Parts: sequence; structure tokens; C-alpha cells
Amino acid sequence: MIESFLYSVIISGTPLLFATLGEILTEKSGHLNLGVEGLMLLGAVGGFGIGFVTANPILAIFGGALVGMLGALIYAFLTVSLRANQVVSGLALTIFGTGISSYVGTIFVGKKMPEVIINFFKPFKIPLLNKIPFIGNILFNQDFFIYLSYISAISLGIYLYNTRFGLNLIAVGENPSAADSTGINVTLYKYVHIAIGGALCGLGGAYLSIVEVPQWQDNITAGRGWIAIALVIFASWNPYKAMYAAYIFGGLNIIGFRMQNLNFSQNLLDMLPYIVTIIVLVGSSIKKSKNNAPPKGLSVPYFREER
Amino acid sequence: MFQMIKRAKISKKESALIRLSAIVLAFLFSGLFILLLGHNPINVYISMFDGAFGSLYRLKETITITIPLVITSIGIMIAFKMKFWNIGGEGQILMGAFGATIFALNMPELPKFILLSLMLVSGFISGGLWALIPAIFKVKFGTNETIITLMLNYIAIKWITYLQYGPMRDPSALGFPKIANFSDNAILPSLFGIHIGWIFAVIIVITVSIFMKKSKWGYKISVIGESFDTARYAGININRVVLFSMFLSGGICGIAGMIEASAVNQTLNYSISAGYGFTAIITTWLSGLMPSIIIPVSLLFGGLVKGGNFIQTAFLIPKAAAQILQSMILFFAIGSEFFVNYKLKYKKRNYTTTNEKESV
Amino acid sequence: MNQKVFVKMKDICKSFGSVKANNLVNFEVNKGEVHALLGENGAGKSTLMNMLSGFYKPDSGSVFIRGKEIKFNSPKDAINEKIGMIHQHYKLVDVQTAKENIILGQKGNLFVNNKKLSKKIYDIANEYGLPINPDKKIYDMSIGEKQSVEILKVLYEGNDILIMDEPTAVLTPQETKKLFQIIKNMASKGCAIIIITHKLNEVMEVSDRVTILRKGKTITTVITKETTPELLTNLMVGKSVNLSIKRPEVIKSEEILKVENLFAKNKNGVKVLNNISFSLYGGEILGVAGVANSGQKEICESIAGLYPIESGKIIYENDDIVGKTPGEIINKGISMSFIPEDRLGMGLVASMDMIDNYLLKEFHNQKSIFLDRNPILKICNKMIEDLQIVTPGVNHPVKQLSGGNIQKVLIGREINTNPKILITAYAVRGLDIGSCHTIYDLINEQKGKGVAIMFIGEDLDILLQLCDKILVLSEGTVMGIVDARTTTKETIGHMMAGGLNSKEAY
Repeated sequence: MIESFLYSVIISGTPLLFATLGEILTEKSGHLNLGVEGLMLLGAVGGFGIGFVTANPILAIFGGALVGMLGALIYAFLTVSLRANQVVSGLALTIFGTGISSYVGTIFVGKKMPEVIINFFKPFKIPLLNKIPFIGNILFNQDFFIYLSYISAISLGIYLYNTRFGLNLIAVGENPSAADSTGINVTLYKYVHIAIGGALCGLGGAYLSIVEVPQWQDNITAGRGWIAIALVIFASWNPYKAMYAAYIFGGLNIIGFRMQNLNFSQNLLDMLPYIVTIIVLVGSSIKKSKNNAPPKGLSVPYFREER
Repeated sequence: MFQMIKRAKISKKESALIRLSAIVLAFLFSGLFILLLGHNPINVYISMFDGAFGSLYRLKETITITIPLVITSIGIMIAFKMKFWNIGGEGQILMGAFGATIFALNMPELPKFILLSLMLVSGFISGGLWALIPAIFKVKFGTNETIITLMLNYIAIKWITYLQYGPMRDPSALGFPKIANFSDNAILPSLFGIHIGWIFAVIIVITVSIFMKKSKWGYKISVIGESFDTARYAGININRVVLFSMFLSGGICGIAGMIEASAVNQTLNYSISAGYGFTAIITTWLSGLMPSIIIPVSLLFGGLVKGGNFIQTAFLIPKAAAQILQSMILFFAIGSEFFVNYKLKYKKRNYTTTNEKESV
Repeated sequence: MNQKVFVKMKDICKSFGSVKANNLVNFEVNKGEVHALLGENGAGKSTLMNMLSGFYKPDSGSVFIRGKEIKFNSPKDAINEKIGMIHQHYKLVDVQTAKENIILGQKGNLFVNNKKLSKKIYDIANEYGLPINPDKKIYDMSIGEKQSVEILKVLYEGNDILIMDEPTAVLTPQETKKLFQIIKNMASKGCAIIIITHKLNEVMEVSDRVTILRKGKTITTVITKETTPELLTNLMVGKSVNLSIKRPEVIKSEEILKVENLFAKNKNGVKVLNNISFSLYGGEILGVAGVANSGQKEICESIAGLYPIESGKIIYENDDIVGKTPGEIINKGISMSFIPEDRLGMGLVASMDMIDNYLLKEFHNQKSIFLDRNPILKICNKMIEDLQIVTPGVNHPVKQLSGGNIQKVLIGREINTNPKILITAYAVRGLDIGSCHTIYDLINEQKGKGVAIMFIGEDLDILLQLCDKILVLSEGTVMGIVDARTTTKETIGHMMAGGLNSKEAY
């Protein structure tokens, strides 16, 4: 019973995990992108469309990531090159993504993913790892896309904390002028990471349309993009913690359904992520905690020769 | 290589021209997109316009959408003037509607004028208190208001959903999860075929314009928005002004909620805010925080929503076309702002004027 | 290659708007040399160095590094030339460790070999005698430690041209001593070190040669051993120039404001005001001289209620106003006018028009909740006429006016309230001669009315000719108050550099 619950928690947390990772990367470059919901929807429709047309699972995944990335590049152009207000640009991106996915999606309404793809994303066991008692069956008897999310989270963590690029990225988000003075190409870093962040958000949406649901529904993300923005804070901008965060809230997503007979409201439970996010944010501003604080350059446009 | 140069000044004509060309470009680009998807963009635009403004009935419908947009935009404008990024309009609308609903459902038999007045006041206070939460955090601890206001939207939505499915569920609705309908006395009357929310909107626009332009408080808000240092220098109590203005900002959004609950939905439900809180951020921003410009911009966006619905039913063109158009207008408008403030100058990479060779 | 001249900058010009920050500047630094760049505030030292480190591009002129002409387009080009700059405001990432900051932006393997890296850092640190813990986060560090990280950042990549902008400004004397030892070590190992400073004793102690800049131009380069602080002062401040500023004789009246034993620290806990005492008298102009950041701003803001004071008293009419907010000071009816250094960021609201800017001072006096702009319209129109402010109209945003006119709006507003005290910080900075004289006349007019005036300035000629008394600050301490009629530029320059109090007691 618990095992099967936890098993579905992973599935339900996966779109959130991708999107949270994407937003972490974006925010680390100093950009608050409120367009996650739009990017997820773009990824969902891109992944579904390409999967539907080509019946190729790998192309479908790439499609989701690519469309998410293109959406994020619009945002990057506005906020990096044109120094536009990040809040308004992000909201515009959400409207854009919602509009495009809904418009293009009319072609796919009620359509299902081809069998080839559904079969490709059937769960399979990872030898040895799935023998680990209890968690082996929960974590390592999943589908390919979920394994991809593990890989993404862990490689992002390694990237951020252990590689030169990661260190440079943190510097760009914290203090772009310091980064600039060491010869880091601030604009390039921002563009690349906003774009990859968009691709990850796109993957989150694609997981929903290709694997979790696997047929087209309008507004398939149903607000998950907004939760992801909250989860970034909850995970204090840490890709490893993003895994806990995403699964906890993936769990909250389905627990009410499972607890129907306990007579506890799903809707009150649904508030938890948001309340916790507020507590975390207020808490970190009271403590002036330096490790769990947002990147200092978040939302601040960077100009070099301003005098 | 291009170099950015800050414009010292720009004539009104020039900046209007830049903004106007942004809108034109937006229509062109969306047109291209619509064309790619196999529809004739000119037909789509014409039908959208027709659907939004083509008959008296349609115009009334468009205005009904415009009313909450105008009111919410005005509320958000007050916060934005102070550079307080209130993106919690959705939540403030919902909590305002909730405040109004308490009176509507518990005292349905009160005389119409009294009941509606109570609902209005309660809606205002509820929306205001909801907006006061991020303001208190900001003033006390310096917490970033953007995310907090965003989170409060979702808490408000879940709260109303909870009420709708739980404690406030109407037992007489045959198992359908809804809150009971308001009594007749709790419903705003109409004037010229549109509920009198439009009068509220007009009054709010005028009052807030005067408040911002003529009153001491409005003046203090503008000074704070421009520079904290100047505000301190001038002896303004910044914290007090921030708290008061956020209460006002949320309260006005709350009034929009009260109007939507009373006049449009005639009950409370979780989708009452219908995205107005977010769209209003955009209309506020596009209007350059000027109350008088908020009305035409809101009408444009109201028209886009209505026109979108129309092309869907009349031509089976997805209403999302209107959303795409909205976002395009936004993208171009946001982008054009840069060209209002900066000029691009082409500059060669080499700058030297001396040609002599150095021999050491 | 054995190249002795590491840096040669030839005929460099750079303007910001109408201000010529550098005008045909020439500058040369040799290998193994500590070269001081000396000049008053605004002489163009930082501008010149920002061009050498790739932050600014010169308008004209050429830069030769090790004999080769180089065009700098970004800091990256400077890094490629092994030029490292340590800015006055450290460019460090707070949440990262020393080690992480040191390797930022550098090429190398994708993964960082922590052990090897730490060892290399320790090796360099030991070589030059820098104290360092590579794994300590910047936010846990003292200012001295942060500076060590900045220096290591520069040395780590093997840079041998080092620019330090006011490196001792924030250091304790002990830390300064250590730093100089390190600088000498670096020079002896073949680095070229440029120190931007205006502290003469430090120039004498650490440098081999000195280049003096004044008002954007190179004055000369001298060998430190062959010069004296007095000589340097004279070169730095220049000959006395008669600016024909009037100094009307007014009989000073009673003491209006008395500052007693004022102490204050900044956000970082560094002492910025150290036992400041002085008095302002009606009908007298007290000038304040001192190199940049010697506590001028803090004194003004303390009096205006904008700066947190640790201890001390500010007495106005038998009342201590320490701890009062600007609002409370205004409401108490203390008529004080403060013309801050940052005109558009503090004194005025850039995007508002003249009327609304006038209201900043006036709105407290209006009792109704609505503001009446009509009387102010009249005042503003009169102000435009009286002060000859060039503006399209009272409804024009002030930021679009020229600097001189902006200042006239600000001063005009302040003196219109008939203050008893007038405090001006760098009132004529960036203004043309004509506007300057208008401002002097306005200030003298106030003096004639019996207002107590504090005039903070940077140009000693102006201070000497306009003021009655001059208070000289050095590192937050009053070095003395001298009579402007009898003292000399050299005396003040000496005191500004931390020289002993002159015996001209006040």
C-alpha cells in the first residue's frame, strides 16, 4: 500500500521536478522567470505533437525540450538584451505558452500517443539498483523519462556545485559585475542557462503529455508551473533538494485522493506548498540566512558602463 | 558592434511612435502565426473586432469583461507606483469576493442598498487585509513581495475551492459542488443594460486619479516609488505609506471581486477572478501607470477576450488565437520600452585615433 | 622577452557627457615598480585605471602593454594582458568561498581539483605572505581577508600588472602595514603595481614613483625618493587660482548648531565619524575640506537625521536632535536646509517637475489632505526668474534640465524656506563657471541674512575664497578648523593628508 503510493508519488512529482530544475537554473543566472507554466505547456504540446507525428519517443522528448527552449529564448531576449521587466516578461510568456499550446493543441484534442511511444515509456527495472530493499522498487522500476529526471537533477547538482561553469553561473546570478570583471561573458551565461532552464521546463510539460496522461488535454499542466516557482524557494535553489521538494508536493497532489475516506480536504492540503514557501521565504529574510537566500542579482538588469 | 546609449530625452511623439509600431508589429507577427496555422489573419482580426464591438449586445459583454480589469488595474497601479510588485491581484479579487459573500449569504434579507453597501465595504476590507500580509513582511523583514503575493493567489484559490467543496457547499444543489446563489438583494442592479459595476469603475478611476495627483498620500506614494532616499530626505514615513497603500491596492482589487461575485456570478466560486488579476498586471503596465490610459487598454484586452470567444463559436477558430495576440502585443510592447529609453548606435570595434607605431 | 616598460598610456581622452574626465593623459609604469597615481577627488584617476582594466573604452589615445599596442573592448582583454584590478568596492561573490572566487572565469578542466587548487592557493599566499583560508565564505570574512582574496584572485592567474584603487581606504593601520609588505614583495618578484590614492604618507612609504593628475590632466611624474609630501601636495592642489569669488564681511551672530563628540559607524562596522565637534554660527560660512569619503557625507546626513549615530550630541536651540527622523526634525519646526551630494537621487525626484519637487519641502506645511499647487506654481515661476533657471517650464521633469539648472532648483527650494541653517554638499560639482558663481552668490546672500552655513567642497581654491572658516577632515576625524583668510592651500592639503593639527585654534 505505502509502496504503491510512493511509487505514484515519483510519477506525480516528475513534471514538478523538471520544471523546478529549469527554474533553479534560470534563477541562478539572475532571472526570475514567471513563465514556467507557459514553458511547460509549450513543452507539452511540442512533445506531444512531435511524438504524435513521428511516433518516435526520443524525438518526442527532444521536441518538448526544444520548444521549451525556444519559448525561454524569447524571454531571454527581452530580459537580458532589452533589460525588460522580468515579472511582466514572464507573465507574457505564460500567456504566450498557454495560447500556443491551446491553439496548436486543438489539432490533438482527444488524440492519444502512438502505441510505440506508450510502450517505450513502460516501466523497466534497473538491474542491481532495483534489488535495494523497499526503495529499489519505488525508484528503480520506473520509465525511461523518470530516469532522465534523476539524471537531470544529479547532473545539474554536479554542474552547479562542482564544475567551473557552475561556479561562474552562481557568480553571474549573485554579482554580475564581479563576474564580468573576471572575464566571464555575462550575457552568454544568462542566455545559455535561461535556454536550458526553458528546455527543462519543457520536459516537465512533455512528461505530462507523453507519459503521465498520454493523451492531449487543454491546459494539461493545471498550474504545476506556478508550484514549481514556489518549489525553487522551498528547495533553496538546490537541485538535490529539488528532488525532495518535487516528490513531497507530488505526494500532496495525490494524497487527498487516497485519503478520501479519511475525510480530509484535498484543497486544504493543496495550500501547503504555498504556505510553506511563504514561511521559507519569510524565515530566510528574518534570519538573513546567506545560504538559503535568493541570488542577489535576481530581477536586477545588468548594465556594464552605466555612468 | 552595437552600443547602447541612454537617451537624454525623447519627444512624446517619438515615444508614441515607437509604442504604436510595437502594436502594429504584434498584429503582423500574430498574423503570420495565424497564417501558418491555416487561417486568414485578416478575417480573424475582423471577426474578432466584430465579435467584441460589432453589436450593442457584444459591446455590453465586452464592457462587462472590461469592468473588473479596469478596477483591478487601478488597484495594482497604486502598488506599482510605489515599485511594490503586487502580482497578487487574483487572490485579492477572490478574498474580496469572499468578504462580500459572507454578508450576501448570512444576511440575504437586508434591504438591497444596505446589503450591497456592507458587501462593498467587506469586499474592500478583505481584499485589503489580504494585500497587507505581503506588505507587513516587506516592511518588517524586507521579504520580497513578488513571490509572496503570487503564493497568496494560490492560497486564496484553494481556500475558496475548499469552501465550495466543503463547508459552504450548497446542500440544495443536488450534489453539485457550488456555493448557494445570492439573494436578489445581494445582486447589483443594472443601468443601461450593464450592471452598475461600470459606475463603480468610473468612480474609482476618477477618485484614484485625483487621489494620486492631488492628495498628499498620492504624492508620497510617487516619491517613494521614485527613490527611497528622497522619501527619507523629505521626512516621509515610508513604512506607514507602504502599508496603507497596499491596503488600498488590495482593497480596490477586492471591490472587483465583490462586483464579479454579486453581478456576474451571483455566487462565489474559485474561478471568479478568471485571470483578471494577471491580465490587469499587463494592462496596468501597458498603460504606463496612468489611470486615464488604463480604461482604453483594458477595453482593448476585454475586446481581445470577447473577440477570442466569438471567433471560437462563430468560425471554430480557437479562442487561443486571442491569447497569442495578447502575448504578442505584450512582447512587442515590453521590447519597445527599451527603444524608448535607449538608442542603439553602431560603433566600430576600434576606437583609436592615433596611428603612430610605438617603438620601445 | 625583457621588456622594462610594462604599461604605457599615451594621450588618453575620455569624456562622460560634457565632463572631460581624462584629457590627454600620459602614464607609464615599469616592471618591478610600485607606482602611485595621486590626485584629488575627480582628478580622473579611477577613470584612467578603468580604461586600463577594460571597463571603459578611451575616446582617443593609445595603450601599450609590454610595448605592444592593445585595444581593450572588455575586461577580458585586460585579463589576457595579465592586468588585474582590485576595485575600491570589492568585486567578490559573497556566497562563494575564497577558492571559488579565485578561480571564477578562469579556464581549466571542467571539474575543479580541490586539493590541487588549495595547494596552489596556499603556495601563492605563502610566497607573498597573504593570510588565507581557501574554504572560508566571503560573507564570513573581515575586510582585510576580503582584500587578500582580491589580491590572490589577481596573482593566481599569473597577472603581473596590478591596479589597486584606494586599497587602504577601509583597512586598519595594522592591515595597511601588512598590505604594504605584500605590495613590496610583489614588486620585488617582478610585478608592476599601480596604487590609486590620495594619502601622501602612504605614497611616500610604499611607492617608487608618483604620477600626479589634476583636473583630468597629467601634471608630472616624480621619483618618490626625490620628493617630499609638501612638494606632492603642491603638485596635487596646484597653484592658488583667483576665482574672484566674493566674500562679504558679515558680523557673525550667535551659535545656531553645535555638534559635540559625534561618533558613527557604517553598515560594515567601520568607524566613519570619530569624535567630531564643531559649531555653526549665523552669518558665517564654515567650509569642510577633506579627501573623498573622509566623513563629509556622514556629517551632513547625521545632522539631517538620515544617519545612525553611535554617540554624541547635535544641539539646536538647546535641544538634542540626535535620534530624530527627518520627519520629526521638520515637525519640530527646525528650519534646516540640506543640499545633498546626490541631487537627483536624494534631493530631488528626477522624473517629477519643478512644482512637485518644490513640494518635497512644502507638503508638510499644507494642512489639507489635498495639495494646493497654485501658490507653488507662483513661487516656482518667481524662482525661474530670480535664479535664471533655463527650463521649458515649471511642468518639465527636472532630470531633463542641465546640471546647473538642476542645482538651482534644489538650492532655490531650500533657501526659499528661509532656513536658519544651510548645509550644502558639493554644491558646485559638475557645474560650469557661470552656474558656480550664481550658487556662490546665493550662498553669500544667505550669509548676509544671518544663516549659518556649512559648505562641503572639494576644490580648495573655492573653499579658501568663499568660506570664513574651514574644517579639515581626515578619515572621519577633525584635523583642525582654520581661518580661511589667513591659511594657505598647502596647510590644508597637509592636514587633509592626515598631517598634524595646525595650531590655528578656533
